[in-house]
Amino acid sequence: MGAVLKGRAFKFGNDVSTDLIIAGKYAHLRSNLPELAKHVMEDASPDFAKKVKPGDFIVGGSNFGLGSSREHAPLVIKMAGVSAVLAKSFARIFFRNAINQGLPVLICDTDRIVEGDKLEVSLDEGVIKNVTKKEQYTFTKIPPAMLSILNEGGLIPYINKYGDFKI
Amino acid sequence: MGKTLSEKILSAKSGVDASAGDIVVSPVDLVFVQDTTGPLTVRQFKAGRKQTLAAPDRTALFIDHAAPSPNRQLSNDHMFLREFAAESGCLLFDAGSGVCHQLVAEKLANPGDVIVGADSHTVTAGGLGAFATGMGSSDIAVAMSLGKTWFRVPESFRVAVTGNFSKWVEAKDLIIYLIGLIGADGATYKALEFGGEAVDRMPVSQRLTIANMAVEAGAKVGIFPSDHITRDFLKKQGRADKYKALQPDRDAAYERQIDIEANRLEPMVSQPHTVDNTAPARTLSNIKINQVFIGTCTNGRLEDIAVASHILKNRKKHPSVRLLVCPASGRVLTDAMNLGYIKTIIEAGGVILPPGCAACLGLHQGVLGDGEVCLSTANRNFKGRMGNPEGLIYLASTATAAASAITGRITDPREALS
Ligand code: SF4
Repeated sequence: MGAVLKGRAFKFGNDVSTDLIIAGKYAHLRSNLPELAKHVMEDASPDFAKKVKPGDFIVGGSNFGLGSSREHAPLVIKMAGVSAVLAKSFARIFFRNAINQGLPVLICDTDRIVEGDKLEVSLDEGVIKNVTKKEQYTFTKIPPAMLSILNEGGLIPYINKYGDFKI
Repeated sequence: MGKTLSEKILSAKSGVDASAGDIVVSPVDLVFVQDTTGPLTVRQFKAGRKQTLAAPDRTALFIDHAAPSPNRQLSNDHMFLREFAAESGCLLFDAGSGVCHQLVAEKLANPGDVIVGADSHTVTAGGLGAFATGMGSSDIAVAMSLGKTWFRVPESFRVAVTGNFSKWVEAKDLIIYLIGLIGADGATYKALEFGGEAVDRMPVSQRLTIANMAVEAGAKVGIFPSDHITRDFLKKQGRADKYKALQPDRDAAYERQIDIEANRLEPMVSQPHTVDNTAPARTLSNIKINQVFIGTCTNGRLEDIAVASHILKNRKKHPSVRLLVCPASGRVLTDAMNLGYIKTIIEAGGVILPPGCAACLGLHQGVLGDGEVCLSTANRNFKGRMGNPEGLIYLASTATAAASAITGRITDPREALS
Protein backbone atom coordinates (compact mmCIF):
# COMPACT_ATOMS: atom_id res chain seq x y z
CA MET A 1 0.00 0.00 0.00
CA GLY A 2 1.54 3.35 0.95
CA ALA A 3 -0.27 5.15 -1.82
CA VAL A 4 -1.94 8.50 -1.34
CA LEU A 5 -5.47 8.58 -2.74
CA LYS A 6 -6.50 11.82 -4.40
CA GLY A 7 -9.85 13.02 -5.65
CA ARG A 8 -12.95 15.10 -5.08
CA ALA A 9 -15.63 14.54 -2.49
CA PHE A 10 -19.17 13.53 -3.42
CA LYS A 11 -21.21 14.24 -0.32
CA PHE A 12 -24.21 12.23 0.82
CA GLY A 13 -26.31 12.28 3.99
CA ASN A 14 -26.97 9.76 6.74
CA ASP A 15 -28.41 6.28 6.20
CA VAL A 16 -27.34 5.74 2.58
CA SER A 17 -28.87 2.29 2.07
CA THR A 18 -27.70 -0.44 -0.28
CA ASP A 19 -30.92 0.24 -2.20
CA LEU A 20 -29.67 3.81 -2.82
CA ILE A 21 -26.20 2.55 -3.75
CA ILE A 22 -27.54 0.02 -6.24
CA ALA A 23 -31.30 -0.42 -6.40
CA GLY A 24 -32.75 -3.91 -5.94
CA LYS A 25 -34.77 -3.40 -9.13
CA TYR A 26 -31.54 -3.82 -11.13
CA ALA A 27 -31.08 -7.39 -9.89
CA HIS A 28 -31.40 -8.53 -13.51
CA LEU A 29 -28.13 -6.71 -14.30
CA ARG A 30 -26.11 -8.30 -11.52
CA SER A 31 -24.48 -10.76 -13.87
CA ASN A 32 -23.57 -7.86 -16.19
CA LEU A 33 -21.43 -5.75 -13.90
CA PRO A 34 -20.46 -2.98 -16.38
CA GLU A 35 -24.17 -2.31 -17.03
CA LEU A 36 -25.00 -2.54 -13.34
CA ALA A 37 -22.25 -0.05 -12.46
CA LYS A 38 -23.91 2.61 -14.63
CA HIS A 39 -26.65 2.83 -11.98
CA VAL A 40 -24.39 3.37 -8.98
CA MET A 41 -25.94 5.77 -6.41
CA GLU A 42 -28.76 6.45 -8.88
CA ASP A 43 -31.65 6.85 -6.45
CA ALA A 44 -29.55 9.10 -4.19
CA SER A 45 -27.98 11.27 -6.90
CA PRO A 46 -29.07 10.52 -10.49
CA ASP A 47 -25.98 12.13 -12.13
CA PHE A 48 -23.38 10.55 -9.90
CA ALA A 49 -22.30 7.84 -12.35
CA LYS A 50 -21.67 10.43 -15.05
CA LYS A 51 -19.80 12.89 -12.86
CA VAL A 52 -17.55 10.62 -10.82
CA LYS A 53 -13.92 10.32 -11.94
CA PRO A 54 -11.30 7.75 -10.96
CA GLY A 55 -9.89 8.59 -7.55
CA ASP A 56 -12.93 10.44 -6.25
CA PHE A 57 -14.41 9.79 -2.82
CA ILE A 58 -17.89 9.06 -1.60
CA VAL A 59 -18.44 10.87 1.69
CA GLY A 60 -21.42 9.87 3.80
CA GLY A 61 -22.81 10.59 7.24
CA SER A 62 -23.68 7.92 9.75
CA ASN A 63 -24.73 4.30 9.09
CA PHE A 64 -23.49 4.23 5.50
CA GLY A 65 -24.46 1.08 3.59
CA LEU A 66 -27.31 -0.14 5.76
CA GLY A 67 -29.62 -2.76 4.36
CA SER A 68 -28.92 -5.70 2.17
CA SER A 69 -25.91 -7.98 2.10
CA ARG A 70 -25.42 -7.42 -1.65
CA GLU A 71 -21.70 -7.21 -2.26
CA HIS A 72 -22.62 -5.51 -5.53
CA ALA A 73 -22.91 -2.30 -3.48
CA PRO A 74 -19.19 -1.84 -2.72
CA LEU A 75 -18.38 -3.54 -6.02
CA VAL A 76 -20.14 -0.95 -8.20
CA ILE A 77 -18.67 1.85 -6.09
CA LYS A 78 -15.23 0.42 -6.77
CA MET A 79 -16.00 -0.06 -10.45
CA ALA A 80 -17.01 3.60 -10.68
CA GLY A 81 -13.41 4.43 -9.78
CA VAL A 82 -14.12 5.61 -6.25
CA SER A 83 -10.90 5.23 -4.25
CA ALA A 84 -12.43 5.14 -0.76
CA VAL A 85 -15.68 5.72 1.11
CA LEU A 86 -15.53 8.03 4.13
CA ALA A 87 -18.33 8.08 6.67
CA LYS A 88 -18.99 8.67 10.35
CA SER A 89 -20.10 5.07 10.70
CA PHE A 90 -20.84 2.10 8.48
CA ALA A 91 -23.37 -0.69 8.57
CA ARG A 92 -21.63 -3.93 9.51
CA ILE A 93 -22.16 -6.03 6.37
CA PHE A 94 -21.28 -3.20 4.00
CA PHE A 95 -18.05 -2.50 5.88
CA ARG A 96 -16.95 -6.12 5.70
CA ASN A 97 -18.00 -6.45 2.04
CA ALA A 98 -16.06 -3.33 1.06
CA ILE A 99 -12.88 -4.69 2.64
CA ASN A 100 -13.52 -8.05 0.95
CA GLN A 101 -13.66 -6.20 -2.38
CA GLY A 102 -10.48 -4.27 -1.60
CA LEU A 103 -12.32 -0.95 -1.24
CA PRO A 104 -11.03 1.19 1.67
CA VAL A 105 -13.78 2.32 4.05
CA LEU A 106 -12.69 4.96 6.52
CA ILE A 107 -14.48 6.01 9.67
CA CYS A 108 -14.00 9.71 10.38
CA ASP A 109 -15.92 12.86 11.18
CA THR A 110 -17.22 13.96 7.79
CA ASP A 111 -19.18 17.05 8.87
CA ARG A 112 -16.58 19.53 7.60
CA ILE A 113 -16.31 17.94 4.16
CA VAL A 114 -18.62 19.36 1.49
CA GLU A 115 -19.38 18.36 -2.09
CA GLY A 116 -16.44 19.12 -4.39
CA ASP A 117 -13.75 19.41 -1.70
CA LYS A 118 -10.40 18.09 -2.91
CA LEU A 119 -9.14 15.36 -0.60
CA GLU A 120 -5.90 13.44 -0.19
CA VAL A 121 -5.95 10.29 1.90
CA SER A 122 -2.88 8.52 3.21
CA LEU A 123 -3.95 5.05 4.28
CA ASP A 124 -0.68 4.34 6.08
CA GLU A 125 -0.60 7.56 8.07
CA GLY A 126 -4.32 7.49 8.80
CA VAL A 127 -4.73 11.06 7.64
CA ILE A 128 -7.24 12.78 5.38
CA LYS A 129 -6.13 16.16 3.99
CA ASN A 130 -8.84 18.52 2.85
CA VAL A 131 -6.84 20.47 0.28
CA THR A 132 -9.72 22.85 -0.49
CA LYS A 133 -10.22 23.80 3.15
CA LYS A 134 -6.59 23.36 4.22
CA GLU A 135 -7.67 21.08 7.02
CA GLN A 136 -6.67 17.67 8.20
CA TYR A 137 -8.71 14.85 9.74
CA THR A 138 -7.82 11.44 11.11
CA PHE A 139 -9.69 8.20 10.62
CA THR A 140 -10.15 5.19 12.88
CA LYS A 141 -7.66 2.43 12.16
CA ILE A 142 -9.01 -0.52 10.22
CA PRO A 143 -8.85 -3.61 12.52
CA PRO A 144 -5.71 -5.72 11.82
CA ALA A 145 -7.69 -8.80 10.70
CA MET A 146 -9.40 -6.71 8.03
CA LEU A 147 -6.35 -4.68 7.09
CA SER A 148 -4.50 -7.82 6.03
CA ILE A 149 -7.44 -8.72 3.75
CA LEU A 150 -7.55 -5.19 2.31
CA ASN A 151 -3.80 -5.28 1.71
CA GLU A 152 -4.19 -8.38 -0.46
CA GLY A 153 -6.84 -6.63 -2.54
CA GLY A 154 -9.77 -8.49 -1.03
CA LEU A 155 -10.82 -11.76 0.56
CA ILE A 156 -10.59 -14.09 -2.45
CA PRO A 157 -6.99 -13.08 -3.30
CA TYR A 158 -6.18 -13.29 0.42
CA ILE A 159 -7.50 -16.86 0.74
CA ASN A 160 -5.91 -17.84 -2.56
CA LYS A 161 -2.59 -16.66 -1.18
CA TYR A 162 -2.75 -18.09 2.35
CA GLY A 163 -5.21 -20.98 1.83
CA ASP A 164 -6.88 -20.18 5.16
CA PHE A 165 -7.66 -17.38 7.61
CA LYS A 166 -4.44 -16.14 9.20
CA ILE A 167 -6.15 -14.42 12.07
CA MET B 1 -17.70 -14.28 34.18
CA GLY B 2 -20.78 -15.84 32.58
CA LYS B 3 -21.52 -15.88 28.91
CA THR B 4 -24.17 -14.43 26.63
CA LEU B 5 -25.87 -16.70 24.10
CA SER B 6 -23.53 -15.47 21.35
CA GLU B 7 -20.43 -16.05 23.48
CA LYS B 8 -21.63 -19.53 24.37
CA ILE B 9 -22.29 -20.60 20.81
CA LEU B 10 -19.09 -19.11 19.39
CA SER B 11 -17.01 -20.62 22.21
CA ALA B 12 -18.51 -24.06 21.66
CA LYS B 13 -18.01 -23.92 17.90
CA SER B 14 -14.59 -22.31 17.71
CA GLY B 15 -13.15 -24.32 20.59
CA VAL B 16 -11.74 -21.26 22.31
CA ASP B 17 -13.09 -19.42 25.31
CA ALA B 18 -14.62 -16.51 23.40
CA SER B 19 -15.70 -13.20 24.91
CA ALA B 20 -17.07 -10.04 23.31
CA GLY B 21 -14.40 -8.32 21.24
CA ASP B 22 -12.41 -11.48 20.46
CA ILE B 23 -11.82 -12.55 16.88
CA VAL B 24 -12.60 -16.23 16.34
CA VAL B 25 -12.57 -18.59 13.39
CA SER B 26 -15.63 -20.80 13.61
CA PRO B 27 -16.90 -23.74 11.59
CA VAL B 28 -20.31 -23.11 10.03
CA ASP B 29 -23.24 -25.53 10.25
CA LEU B 30 -25.08 -24.10 7.27
CA VAL B 31 -24.16 -21.71 4.48
CA PHE B 32 -26.61 -20.44 1.87
CA VAL B 33 -27.24 -18.04 -0.97
CA GLN B 34 -30.30 -16.83 -2.84
CA ASP B 35 -30.85 -15.92 -6.47
CA THR B 36 -29.81 -12.25 -6.35
CA THR B 37 -26.59 -12.78 -4.37
CA GLY B 38 -25.95 -16.34 -5.56
CA PRO B 39 -24.47 -15.71 -9.00
CA LEU B 40 -21.75 -13.38 -7.66
CA THR B 41 -21.09 -15.80 -4.80
CA VAL B 42 -20.67 -18.71 -7.21
CA ARG B 43 -18.32 -16.61 -9.37
CA GLN B 44 -16.28 -15.68 -6.30
CA PHE B 45 -16.25 -19.35 -5.31
CA LYS B 46 -14.99 -20.27 -8.78
CA ALA B 47 -12.31 -17.59 -8.52
CA GLY B 48 -10.99 -19.40 -5.46
CA ARG B 49 -8.29 -22.05 -5.55
CA LYS B 50 -10.37 -24.73 -3.86
CA GLN B 51 -13.23 -25.75 -6.14
CA THR B 52 -15.15 -28.15 -3.91
CA LEU B 53 -17.72 -27.49 -1.22
CA ALA B 54 -16.69 -28.26 2.35
CA ALA B 55 -20.15 -29.76 3.03
CA PRO B 56 -22.57 -30.04 0.08
CA ASP B 57 -25.41 -31.25 2.32
CA ARG B 58 -25.02 -28.15 4.51
CA THR B 59 -24.80 -25.72 1.59
CA ALA B 60 -28.09 -24.46 0.19
CA LEU B 61 -29.17 -22.46 -2.79
CA PHE B 62 -32.58 -20.79 -2.85
CA ILE B 63 -34.39 -19.41 -5.87
CA ASP B 64 -36.85 -17.10 -4.14
CA HIS B 65 -36.17 -13.41 -4.76
CA ALA B 66 -37.45 -13.31 -8.32
CA ALA B 67 -39.17 -16.62 -8.72
CA PRO B 68 -40.59 -17.61 -11.12
CA SER B 69 -38.28 -15.31 -13.05
CA PRO B 70 -39.78 -12.11 -14.47
CA ASN B 71 -37.18 -11.64 -17.21
CA ARG B 72 -34.54 -13.19 -19.37
CA GLN B 73 -31.47 -12.01 -17.43
CA LEU B 74 -32.76 -13.44 -14.15
CA SER B 75 -33.80 -16.65 -15.92
CA ASN B 76 -30.20 -17.01 -17.04
CA ASP B 77 -29.01 -16.40 -13.47
CA HIS B 78 -31.37 -19.13 -12.30
CA MET B 79 -29.97 -21.51 -14.92
CA PHE B 80 -26.46 -20.71 -13.75
CA LEU B 81 -27.42 -21.48 -10.14
CA ARG B 82 -29.20 -24.74 -11.01
CA GLU B 83 -26.15 -25.84 -12.93
CA PHE B 84 -23.93 -25.08 -9.97
CA ALA B 85 -26.23 -27.05 -7.66
CA ALA B 86 -26.05 -30.03 -10.01
CA GLU B 87 -22.28 -29.98 -10.32
CA SER B 88 -21.49 -29.21 -6.67
CA GLY B 89 -24.11 -31.44 -5.07
CA CYS B 90 -25.51 -28.71 -2.80
CA LEU B 91 -29.18 -28.44 -1.79
CA LEU B 92 -31.41 -26.59 -4.24
CA PHE B 93 -34.76 -25.03 -3.37
CA ASP B 94 -36.25 -23.90 -6.66
CA ALA B 95 -39.02 -21.41 -7.49
CA GLY B 96 -42.14 -21.90 -5.40
CA SER B 97 -40.38 -23.57 -2.47
CA GLY B 98 -40.50 -20.33 -0.52
CA VAL B 99 -38.37 -17.60 1.04
CA CYS B 100 -34.93 -18.83 2.09
CA HIS B 101 -35.23 -17.78 5.75
CA GLN B 102 -38.57 -19.50 6.16
CA LEU B 103 -37.20 -22.71 4.63
CA VAL B 104 -34.08 -22.49 6.79
CA ALA B 105 -36.31 -22.28 9.87
CA GLU B 106 -38.60 -25.09 8.68
CA LYS B 107 -35.90 -27.51 7.57
CA LEU B 108 -32.31 -26.60 8.36
CA ALA B 109 -31.60 -24.39 11.38
CA ASN B 110 -30.99 -25.81 14.84
CA PRO B 111 -30.27 -24.32 18.26
CA GLY B 112 -26.57 -23.65 18.82
CA ASP B 113 -25.79 -23.66 15.09
CA VAL B 114 -23.57 -21.11 13.39
CA ILE B 115 -25.28 -20.11 10.15
CA VAL B 116 -24.12 -17.68 7.47
CA GLY B 117 -26.08 -16.63 4.40
CA ALA B 118 -25.62 -14.20 1.56
CA ASP B 119 -28.69 -12.31 2.67
CA SER B 120 -28.97 -9.80 5.47
CA HIS B 121 -32.04 -11.42 6.97
CA THR B 122 -30.12 -14.61 7.72
CA VAL B 123 -30.50 -13.34 11.30
CA THR B 124 -34.01 -14.84 11.23
CA ALA B 125 -32.70 -18.22 12.43
CA GLY B 126 -31.74 -16.52 15.70
CA GLY B 127 -35.36 -17.14 16.63
CA LEU B 128 -34.39 -20.81 17.03
CA GLY B 129 -31.29 -20.07 19.10
CA ALA B 130 -28.81 -20.14 16.21
CA PHE B 131 -25.99 -17.64 15.79
CA ALA B 132 -27.02 -16.62 12.28
CA THR B 133 -25.81 -13.65 10.31
CA GLY B 134 -25.75 -12.23 6.80
CA MET B 135 -22.58 -11.71 4.82
CA GLY B 136 -21.57 -10.73 1.33
CA SER B 137 -20.66 -12.95 -1.58
CA SER B 138 -16.90 -13.19 -0.92
CA ASP B 139 -17.35 -14.23 2.71
CA ILE B 140 -20.01 -16.76 1.73
CA ALA B 141 -17.90 -18.14 -1.12
CA VAL B 142 -15.05 -18.75 1.32
CA ALA B 143 -17.39 -20.27 3.92
CA MET B 144 -18.68 -22.62 1.23
CA SER B 145 -15.21 -23.81 0.34
CA LEU B 146 -13.51 -23.83 3.75
CA GLY B 147 -16.54 -24.63 5.91
CA LYS B 148 -15.64 -21.84 8.29
CA THR B 149 -15.47 -18.11 8.65
CA TRP B 150 -14.19 -15.47 11.03
CA PHE B 151 -16.22 -13.41 13.47
CA ARG B 152 -15.65 -10.66 15.91
CA VAL B 153 -17.60 -11.87 18.94
CA PRO B 154 -20.27 -9.21 19.42
CA GLU B 155 -21.12 -7.35 22.59
CA SER B 156 -24.74 -8.05 23.49
CA PHE B 157 -27.73 -5.92 24.38
CA ARG B 158 -30.18 -7.72 26.60
CA VAL B 159 -33.77 -6.97 25.64
CA ALA B 160 -35.99 -8.15 28.48
CA VAL B 161 -39.70 -8.30 27.71
CA THR B 162 -42.12 -8.53 30.63
CA GLY B 163 -45.89 -8.83 30.88
CA ASN B 164 -48.38 -9.86 28.23
CA PHE B 165 -49.16 -8.58 24.77
CA SER B 166 -52.61 -7.00 24.41
CA LYS B 167 -54.98 -8.29 21.77
CA TRP B 168 -53.91 -7.35 18.22
CA VAL B 169 -50.43 -6.40 19.41
CA GLU B 170 -47.56 -8.78 18.69
CA ALA B 171 -43.91 -9.36 17.92
CA LYS B 172 -43.85 -7.08 14.88
CA ASP B 173 -45.06 -4.14 16.98
CA LEU B 174 -42.39 -4.89 19.55
CA ILE B 175 -39.54 -4.94 17.08
CA ILE B 176 -40.73 -1.80 15.26
CA TYR B 177 -41.01 -0.08 18.64
CA LEU B 178 -37.51 -1.24 19.62
CA ILE B 179 -35.95 -0.04 16.36
CA GLY B 180 -37.65 3.32 16.81
CA LEU B 181 -36.24 3.46 20.32
CA ILE B 182 -32.61 2.66 19.54
CA GLY B 183 -32.43 3.76 15.90
CA ALA B 184 -31.44 2.07 12.63
CA ASP B 185 -27.81 1.99 13.78
CA GLY B 186 -28.58 1.56 17.48
CA ALA B 187 -27.21 -1.97 17.63
CA THR B 188 -24.56 -1.91 14.88
CA TYR B 189 -22.07 -4.79 15.42
CA LYS B 190 -24.01 -5.91 18.51
CA ALA B 191 -26.05 -8.97 19.32
CA LEU B 192 -29.63 -8.25 20.32
CA GLU B 193 -30.41 -10.98 22.81
CA PHE B 194 -34.03 -11.39 23.82
CA GLY B 195 -35.36 -12.80 27.05
CA GLY B 196 -37.86 -12.26 29.83
CA GLU B 197 -41.20 -13.80 30.72
CA ALA B 198 -43.00 -12.63 27.56
CA VAL B 199 -40.27 -14.23 25.46
CA ASP B 200 -40.51 -17.45 27.47
CA ARG B 201 -44.12 -17.74 26.30
CA MET B 202 -43.58 -16.47 22.76
CA PRO B 203 -44.20 -18.90 19.85
CA VAL B 204 -41.33 -19.57 17.47
CA SER B 205 -43.14 -17.78 14.63
CA GLN B 206 -42.99 -14.50 16.57
CA ARG B 207 -39.41 -15.06 17.70
CA LEU B 208 -38.48 -15.43 14.04
CA THR B 209 -40.22 -12.14 13.20
CA ILE B 210 -38.23 -10.29 15.86
CA ALA B 211 -34.91 -11.93 15.02
CA ASN B 212 -35.55 -11.18 11.34
CA MET B 213 -35.66 -7.44 11.96
CA ALA B 214 -32.71 -7.25 14.36
CA VAL B 215 -30.61 -6.29 11.36
CA GLU B 216 -32.80 -3.20 10.85
CA ALA B 217 -31.22 -1.88 14.05
CA GLY B 218 -27.81 -2.78 12.60
CA ALA B 219 -27.37 -5.88 14.76
CA LYS B 220 -25.13 -8.76 13.74
CA VAL B 221 -27.56 -11.26 15.24
CA GLY B 222 -30.94 -11.26 16.96
CA ILE B 223 -30.89 -14.25 19.23
CA PHE B 224 -33.33 -16.13 21.43
CA PRO B 225 -32.85 -18.84 24.05
CA SER B 226 -33.75 -22.39 23.07
CA ASP B 227 -36.43 -23.85 25.36
CA HIS B 228 -39.46 -26.15 25.41
CA ILE B 229 -41.17 -23.95 22.78
CA THR B 230 -38.17 -24.42 20.48
CA ARG B 231 -38.26 -28.14 21.22
CA ASP B 232 -41.95 -28.43 20.30
CA PHE B 233 -41.35 -26.50 17.09
CA LEU B 234 -38.47 -28.77 16.07
CA LYS B 235 -40.53 -31.82 16.89
CA LYS B 236 -43.29 -30.61 14.60
CA GLN B 237 -40.74 -30.18 11.82
CA GLY B 238 -39.48 -33.72 12.37
CA ARG B 239 -36.19 -32.64 13.95
CA ALA B 240 -36.78 -33.40 17.62
CA ASP B 241 -33.29 -34.90 17.80
CA LYS B 242 -31.75 -31.52 17.00
CA TYR B 243 -33.10 -29.90 20.13
CA LYS B 244 -30.61 -28.51 22.58
CA ALA B 245 -31.51 -26.27 25.54
CA LEU B 246 -29.68 -22.98 25.45
CA GLN B 247 -29.84 -20.12 27.93
CA PRO B 248 -27.42 -17.31 28.68
CA ASP B 249 -25.58 -17.49 32.00
CA ARG B 250 -27.17 -15.50 34.80
CA ASP B 251 -24.03 -13.44 35.28
CA ALA B 252 -23.42 -12.79 31.57
CA ALA B 253 -22.11 -9.32 30.80
CA TYR B 254 -24.33 -7.10 28.67
CA GLU B 255 -23.36 -3.77 27.22
CA ARG B 256 -26.86 -2.48 27.66
CA GLN B 257 -30.14 -3.65 29.13
CA ILE B 258 -33.41 -2.60 27.52
CA ASP B 259 -36.65 -3.35 29.35
CA ILE B 260 -39.90 -3.51 27.45
CA GLU B 261 -43.31 -3.97 29.03
CA ALA B 262 -45.42 -5.87 26.52
CA ASN B 263 -48.67 -4.53 28.02
CA ARG B 264 -47.71 -0.99 27.09
CA LEU B 265 -47.03 -1.71 23.42
CA GLU B 266 -49.52 -0.76 20.76
CA PRO B 267 -49.76 -1.41 17.02
CA MET B 268 -46.75 0.33 15.45
CA VAL B 269 -45.82 1.49 11.97
CA SER B 270 -42.50 2.38 10.30
CA GLN B 271 -42.99 5.34 7.97
CA PRO B 272 -41.06 6.11 4.77
CA HIS B 273 -38.12 5.89 4.17
CA THR B 274 -36.44 4.39 7.24
CA VAL B 275 -37.49 1.61 9.57
CA ASP B 276 -36.69 3.72 12.65
CA ASN B 277 -39.15 6.43 11.60
CA THR B 278 -41.86 4.91 13.77
CA ALA B 279 -45.31 5.99 14.98
CA PRO B 280 -48.33 4.28 16.53
CA ALA B 281 -50.78 3.12 13.84
CA ARG B 282 -53.61 5.09 15.46
CA THR B 283 -51.82 8.38 14.66
CA LEU B 284 -51.64 7.63 10.93
CA SER B 285 -55.30 7.07 10.12
CA ASN B 286 -55.22 9.87 7.55
CA ILE B 287 -52.80 7.92 5.32
CA LYS B 288 -54.62 6.37 2.38
CA ILE B 289 -53.12 3.26 0.86
CA ASN B 290 -53.07 1.76 -2.62
CA GLN B 291 -51.56 -1.62 -1.86
CA VAL B 292 -51.38 -3.96 1.11
CA PHE B 293 -48.70 -6.64 1.00
CA ILE B 294 -48.84 -9.49 3.50
CA GLY B 295 -45.96 -11.93 3.33
CA THR B 296 -42.12 -12.07 3.35
CA CYS B 297 -39.59 -13.66 5.66
CA THR B 298 -40.85 -11.31 8.39
CA ASN B 299 -44.58 -12.08 8.35
CA GLY B 300 -45.51 -14.70 5.78
CA ARG B 301 -45.87 -17.62 8.17
CA LEU B 302 -48.98 -19.72 8.73
CA GLU B 303 -49.74 -17.74 11.90
CA ASP B 304 -49.78 -14.53 9.82
CA ILE B 305 -51.99 -15.97 7.12
CA ALA B 306 -54.32 -17.13 9.93
CA VAL B 307 -54.53 -13.60 11.36
CA ALA B 308 -55.20 -12.13 7.91
CA SER B 309 -57.89 -14.72 7.22
CA HIS B 310 -59.49 -14.18 10.62
CA ILE B 311 -59.72 -10.42 10.07
CA LEU B 312 -60.88 -10.68 6.47
CA LYS B 313 -63.51 -13.35 7.10
CA ASN B 314 -66.89 -12.18 5.74
CA ARG B 315 -65.41 -8.81 4.91
CA LYS B 316 -64.19 -7.22 1.68
CA LYS B 317 -61.03 -5.30 1.01
CA HIS B 318 -61.48 -1.61 0.22
CA PRO B 319 -62.18 -1.13 -3.51
CA SER B 320 -59.16 1.14 -4.06
CA VAL B 321 -56.70 -1.22 -2.37
CA ARG B 322 -54.83 -4.09 -4.02
CA LEU B 323 -54.42 -6.82 -1.43
CA LEU B 324 -51.44 -9.11 -2.09
CA VAL B 325 -50.85 -12.11 0.12
CA CYS B 326 -47.80 -14.32 -0.21
CA PRO B 327 -47.32 -17.41 1.98
CA ALA B 328 -43.63 -17.67 2.86
CA SER B 329 -43.25 -21.29 1.81
CA GLY B 330 -44.95 -24.07 -0.10
CA ARG B 331 -45.71 -25.71 3.20
CA VAL B 332 -47.36 -22.54 4.54
CA LEU B 333 -49.44 -22.32 1.37
CA THR B 334 -50.59 -25.94 1.62
CA ASP B 335 -51.44 -25.64 5.30
CA ALA B 336 -53.28 -22.35 4.69
CA MET B 337 -55.27 -24.01 1.92
CA ASN B 338 -56.18 -26.97 4.09
CA LEU B 339 -57.32 -24.65 6.86
CA GLY B 340 -59.49 -22.60 4.51
CA TYR B 341 -57.50 -19.38 4.95
CA ILE B 342 -56.68 -19.00 1.29
CA LYS B 343 -60.33 -19.23 0.26
CA THR B 344 -61.30 -16.59 2.83
CA ILE B 345 -58.59 -14.23 1.61
CA ILE B 346 -59.55 -14.67 -2.04
CA GLU B 347 -63.22 -14.11 -1.20
CA ALA B 348 -62.23 -10.86 0.52
CA GLY B 349 -60.62 -9.74 -2.74
CA GLY B 350 -57.02 -10.77 -2.09
CA VAL B 351 -54.50 -11.97 -4.66
CA ILE B 352 -52.40 -14.99 -3.64
CA LEU B 353 -48.78 -14.84 -4.85
CA PRO B 354 -46.51 -17.88 -5.22
CA PRO B 355 -44.30 -18.56 -2.18
CA GLY B 356 -41.17 -16.42 -2.40
CA CYS B 357 -40.11 -12.82 -1.82
CA ALA B 358 -42.79 -11.49 -4.18
CA ALA B 359 -43.25 -7.72 -3.97
CA CYS B 360 -40.70 -7.23 -1.17
CA LEU B 361 -37.76 -5.99 -3.18
CA GLY B 362 -39.38 -4.52 -6.24
CA LEU B 363 -38.48 -7.07 -8.88
CA HIS B 364 -41.99 -8.26 -9.72
CA GLN B 365 -45.47 -9.01 -8.39
CA GLY B 366 -46.44 -5.64 -6.96
CA VAL B 367 -44.08 -2.83 -8.02
CA LEU B 368 -45.42 0.53 -6.83
CA GLY B 369 -46.49 3.34 -9.16
CA ASP B 370 -45.30 6.95 -8.71
CA GLY B 371 -46.60 8.37 -5.45
CA GLU B 372 -48.36 5.13 -4.51
CA VAL B 373 -48.53 4.06 -0.89
CA CYS B 374 -48.01 0.49 0.24
CA LEU B 375 -48.60 -0.91 3.70
CA SER B 376 -46.38 -3.96 3.93
CA THR B 377 -45.58 -6.60 6.52
CA ALA B 378 -41.98 -6.75 5.28
CA ASN B 379 -38.93 -5.50 7.13
CA ARG B 380 -37.66 -2.64 4.96
CA ASN B 381 -39.15 0.56 3.62
CA PHE B 382 -36.11 2.19 2.04
CA LYS B 383 -36.63 4.56 -0.84
CA GLY B 384 -36.86 2.51 -4.02
CA ARG B 385 -37.25 -0.76 -2.17
CA MET B 386 -40.43 -1.82 -3.96
CA GLY B 387 -39.07 -0.96 -7.37
CA ASN B 388 -39.84 2.76 -7.46
CA PRO B 389 -38.12 5.61 -5.58
CA GLU B 390 -41.40 7.55 -5.92
CA GLY B 391 -43.27 4.89 -3.95
CA LEU B 392 -43.99 5.20 -0.23
CA ILE B 393 -43.72 2.15 2.02
CA TYR B 394 -45.14 1.78 5.52
CA LEU B 395 -44.38 -1.32 7.59
CA ALA B 396 -46.67 -2.93 10.13
CA SER B 397 -47.94 -6.19 11.60
CA THR B 398 -50.22 -8.54 9.71
CA ALA B 399 -53.18 -7.49 11.85
CA THR B 400 -52.62 -3.81 11.05
CA ALA B 401 -52.13 -4.62 7.37
CA ALA B 402 -55.31 -6.71 7.12
CA ALA B 403 -57.40 -4.16 9.03
CA SER B 404 -56.06 -1.40 6.78
CA ALA B 405 -56.89 -3.39 3.63
CA ILE B 406 -60.54 -3.19 4.66
CA THR B 407 -60.63 0.53 5.44
CA GLY B 408 -58.27 1.73 2.71
CA ARG B 409 -56.19 3.76 5.16
CA ILE B 410 -53.71 2.95 7.90
CA THR B 411 -55.82 1.49 10.66
CA ASP B 412 -55.14 0.41 14.21
CA PRO B 413 -56.60 -3.12 14.27
CA ARG B 414 -57.95 -2.51 17.78
CA GLU B 415 -60.21 0.23 16.44
CA ALA B 416 -61.41 -1.63 13.40
CA LEU B 417 -62.10 -4.92 15.13
CA SER B 418 -63.39 -4.10 18.58
S1 SF4 C 1 -38.79 -11.62 1.71
FE1 SF4 C 1 -37.83 -9.63 1.38
S2 SF4 C 1 -36.48 -9.31 3.12
FE2 SF4 C 1 -37.05 -11.48 3.09
S3 SF4 C 1 -35.39 -12.49 1.98
FE3 SF4 C 1 -36.98 -11.97 0.48
S4 SF4 C 1 -36.41 -9.95 -0.31
FE4 SF4 C 1 -35.25 -10.29 1.56
